[in-house]
Amino acid sequence: MKKFFIAIIMVLVPMVASASTGGVHLDSMDADHTNQESLQRGMKTFVNRCMGCHSANYQRFDRAANDIGLPVDLMAENLIFGEQKSGEQMTIAMPQDDAAKWFGTPPPDLTLETRLRGEDWIYTYLRSFYTDSARPWGVNNVVFPDVGMPNVLEGLQGVQKQTCSAEELAHQGGESKIDPLTGLQIGTGCLTISEKGSQSVEEFDKTIYDLVNFMSYMGNPVKMESQAIGYKVLIFLAIFFVFAYALKKEYWRDVH
Amino acid sequence: MAGARNKGNPGVMGWIDDRFPLTAMWDDHLAKYYAPKNFNFWYFFGSLAMLVLVNQLLTGIWLTMSYNPTAEGAFASVEYIMRDIDYGWLLRYMHSTGASAFFAVVYLHMFRGVLYGSYRKPRELIWLFGMAIYLALMAEAFMGYLLPWGQMSYWGAQVIVSLFSAIPVIGPDLAEWIRGDYVISGVTLNRFFSLHVVALPIVLLALVVLHIIALHEVGSNNPDGIEIKDKKDENGIPLDGIPFHPYYSVKDIVGVVVFLFVFCLIIFFFPEMGGYFIEKPNFEPANPLKTPPHIAPVWYFTPFYAMLRAIPPILGSQFPGVVVMGGAIAILFVLPWLDRSPVKSMRYKGWISKVWLAIFAVSFVVLGYLGVVASTPERTVVAQICTGLYFAYFFLMPFYTRMESTKPVPERVTG
Repeated sequence: MKKFFIAIIMVLVPMVASASTGGVHLDSMDADHTNQESLQRGMKTFVNRCMGCHSANYQRFDRAANDIGLPVDLMAENLIFGEQKSGEQMTIAMPQDDAAKWFGTPPPDLTLETRLRGEDWIYTYLRSFYTDSARPWGVNNVVFPDVGMPNVLEGLQGVQKQTCSAEELAHQGGESKIDPLTGLQIGTGCLTISEKGSQSVEEFDKTIYDLVNFMSYMGNPVKMESQAIGYKVLIFLAIFFVFAYALKKEYWRDVH
Repeated sequence: MAGARNKGNPGVMGWIDDRFPLTAMWDDHLAKYYAPKNFNFWYFFGSLAMLVLVNQLLTGIWLTMSYNPTAEGAFASVEYIMRDIDYGWLLRYMHSTGASAFFAVVYLHMFRGVLYGSYRKPRELIWLFGMAIYLALMAEAFMGYLLPWGQMSYWGAQVIVSLFSAIPVIGPDLAEWIRGDYVISGVTLNRFFSLHVVALPIVLLALVVLHIIALHEVGSNNPDGIEIKDKKDENGIPLDGIPFHPYYSVKDIVGVVVFLFVFCLIIFFFPEMGGYFIEKPNFEPANPLKTPPHIAPVWYFTPFYAMLRAIPPILGSQFPGVVVMGGAIAILFVLPWLDRSPVKSMRYKGWISKVWLAIFAVSFVVLGYLGVVASTPERTVVAQICTGLYFAYFFLMPFYTRMESTKPVPERVTG
């Protein structure tokens, strides 16, 4: 019996420890759906830099504008580039069949991407491209090896190089750090900026944070509303419990 | 049973009672249904199961109003419900959380029955109807899980239906007959939708009625496992019985409030429950050409899934695993005839029964965990041990329940 329990514990403990990561270390970010400025910047980045290839087929433009505090007409003027009206979904014109030919696989719809992969994954992924001449787009990714996507944000981030062996890469991780001498990024695996982009490392991290924050909002647009109702419901139930318990006590006084 | 009771009374109720036994039914099942006065914590889960059933039926009706049961439209219609229907997200989370809550309360309800011997004579039929409910519930949950048409919906259904094809001779044809296609497809989705929203709810409701009629015929068991009907007062009312209404109706309200607190905490704050109630791959539409790296059923099926994986194939056939998995559920049906103890409740059984019940419960939980995670050789060994212990609990029951010494059972119920 004792041996059995020990065997179970020995097998289960390492499982819990390794259950959360898929190998590569992910930088963590806390999405904040109340930070409307961040969400607005994120939507701008998303519409300008992602929606060339990626749709958000379940998200309506005006719903997003209303939820993140943008006037709908201002949003429609600046952020709708296609033929859509502001009440329509954030679709794209790129045909799926052509996209499959160009990239090997059609770029996925991103409405629910944060709920599929988690915010941390996307936050790390978008900052983990590195130069790899063996790949069709000249870049590879630490988080998603041999991904079909080019590094569309290279203009902002700059050119990133991967400086470790594959084995070191698998074992290394940690938050991205700034080299105090060069001002370039070290970390996120073994990646360093070899050619500067238009943004500094901090600015770029913030751009990606805002973008992923917006994607997190798109994945779960009712989160804040749900929590606001939730507190009220729980408070009601807590008060109701007192009365329900008192009623039960009163009835049961004569049961001996 | 209603007979000539409550006839010829004045008023609206009198008018109805002359034509329909309304007062008689109220009395038989609530106001004059005498339940033992010593119900404890474990006795909340029957009424909670009823509450969750009603929740599933009501939210299901409203979800059906906006759901599109086609392979092309299902996934998008779920997102439509989540985003464009007023409070559609709430209906959907109540339904998806309700499915898990249903199994949680049913498992606790069943454990109560095992703990206090509620399946023993004269309650064998209550247990059998309950087991039939459990089977119908598993079918209902499995078919409902296909409807959002996400990756895990699709591949989960693919795996479970393919289990049938492991049956020798008729297997492949049977699996094809269930799917209506060579793979899970829109045809399968349509028939699962039909079964999920029409056929199985009717079966479930009918079985619940049978479960309760059988219960109210023989009366409820209690933590002492003694028959309160053996000791009655001069009016024929059990000395240890109290009317279900108002005593247990007001007590159950307290249980309902506590349950709803936990339920609402999940709905409003953690609707995915860390991927256990709504699995992450289900946020991606079903793709028949892309198999997810790790296919795991929802938590309430994982103990049986772990057993399936624990049994090695023989001659390349998964059939032995399917037999073991089916057997693990089937053996629960004959539980009333395996228990040969002179006493019903675990309170008065010997230590061997208690140890075996603990082993059984731990094995079931460990199997549940192993079914969630990817299998490795070590985990498979643990799963095999736990599967063995699960069955040993039942196979050895006729022996250890007879040979152990039991404690004397009191005349009247205790606290």
